[in-house]
Amino acid sequence: MRRLSPWLNVLVWLGVAAPLLYLSWGLWTDRLGANPIQEITHQTGRWTLRFLLATLAITPLRRLTGWNGWIRWRRRLGLAAFFYASIHLLLYLWLDQFFDWSEIGRDILKRRFITVGLLAYGLMVPLAVTSTAGWIRRLGGRTWRRLHRLVYGIAVLGVLHYWWAVKFDWRPPLAYGLLLFVLLLLRLRRPASPPPRRPLPGAEDADQSRPTHEAGRLLSARASASGA
Amino acid sequence: MLIRTETPIPSSEITDERLYWNRREWLRRAGLLAGAAATGLLSMGCRAESRQVRRKTNPGPYDTDEPWTSYEDITTYNNFYEFGTGKRDPARNAHRLRTRPWTIRVEGLCHRPGTYQLEDFIKPFKLEERVYRLRCVEGWSMVIPWLGFPLADVIRRAEPLASAKFVEFTTLYDPEQMPGQKAPILDWPYVEGLRLDEALHPLTILAVGLYGKMLPNQNGAPIRLVVPWKYGFKSIKSIVRIRFVEKQPITTWMKAAPHEYGFYSNVNPNVDHPRWSQKTERRIGEFRKRKTLLFNGYADQVAHLYEGMDLRKYF
Repeated sequence: MRRLSPWLNVLVWLGVAAPLLYLSWGLWTDRLGANPIQEITHQTGRWTLRFLLATLAITPLRRLTGWNGWIRWRRRLGLAAFFYASIHLLLYLWLDQFFDWSEIGRDILKRRFITVGLLAYGLMVPLAVTSTAGWIRRLGGRTWRRLHRLVYGIAVLGVLHYWWAVKFDWRPPLAYGLLLFVLLLLRLRRPASPPPRRPLPGAEDADQSRPTHEAGRLLSARASASGA
Repeated sequence: MLIRTETPIPSSEITDERLYWNRREWLRRAGLLAGAAATGLLSMGCRAESRQVRRKTNPGPYDTDEPWTSYEDITTYNNFYEFGTGKRDPARNAHRLRTRPWTIRVEGLCHRPGTYQLEDFIKPFKLEERVYRLRCVEGWSMVIPWLGFPLADVIRRAEPLASAKFVEFTTLYDPEQMPGQKAPILDWPYVEGLRLDEALHPLTILAVGLYGKMLPNQNGAPIRLVVPWKYGFKSIKSIVRIRFVEKQPITTWMKAAPHEYGFYSNVNPNVDHPRWSQKTERRIGEFRKRKTLLFNGYADQVAHLYEGMDLRKYF
């Protein structure tokens, strides 16, 4: 995979860090309102979902624009989602429960929004760990891709967590849910993963030694698409 | 000044010599919060500066002597969905509300119903300051110095019939002034209710001010209910109608989510909200959470109202 150009790299990093910088600055200058801890908890939760949805938008973007370069953003967006989820979870464990593990345990068993939230985070951990090029090699592209399909489940659980956590105004979680639905729907148009590298069914009928011009083009196009 | 009474209003009583300034320990540097990702550490300094906060030095029988939540926090952190569902929306949008002229109707099962201009409605009663804890169902709390008078005064003036068992309150309905009412998130107008004995309890007041000033619009101007042993949403704001009824009113939140919000909605650490715990609360301005008290700490005064009742059933 080619590296991002330096200026684009900086831009992506700034985009990922911006919410954090904004929240830190708001905290420091007392601009987060009367209940800053809750505000940061809510904001980091929402940013987790935004980065998750951004990650899921990469594939549709590639298809819509025909430019595969988007793929280079995906890992960073995914890790950003994991980073904000980590802060979100830590704030709950620390400043909401003060590490009262028995109370936390009861919460997990009793409150479904906590249950699904924690489950979503648990599923994010292996994806964050295996996000490096080394792990892609170690697992092999197919296994790695299959593992990372967990992201769909994570996003659904994340939206569900938000939906169940709000007191009553269901409009914001609904907006995230609809966006997720659209992003998942866009994938149904074609298989989510590239087909295995074997000759097209149509190619078998043709003369094996001289594949038709058309089939040859398709094969090479698919091969290059699956390489990304 | 809207509020006119026979006796000088307690804004003159709340003079500075009766208060002392107390440096509140605000959230000190909360330390460095380690992020799991490579991005590193999040510097998290929670409001480094201290704030000056008052408390009442000679509290009355119904007052708490706890330090008051700051005026700024009380008036910028509100749940008042008529002006938007964000905590800061009411402070931003409530300027649209015209609190004068303001008409209040007292009606239903009573000998002396009537339609009052706000000034006439308030005039016969002596305003007093009440420093109450307010516990929101969402798990945060404040200490607020209200200015008001017992609801019991209003009820006695109306002379309810023997058949009157409950009191129903209604907020203004005017989507032009209250833009939040254009969204169908609740069944407008907002309706709340109390059992008659709850309404007659000396802790229950109608408030027209806080911090010795007129009630800001976002806090429920020009007149609101304050029932300190119940979750905050019971304390209905911007009231236009008080009605005596025989049957238990169906309140807005009961309609919206009947399994989550009951008619009584007494503060109770032992009865959780179906989706979150009510055992603890964060007092606005404090770092650590504190334990929630039964009936919000007013058990001595109000527990007898619910004797023999299953508070899990009547939540």
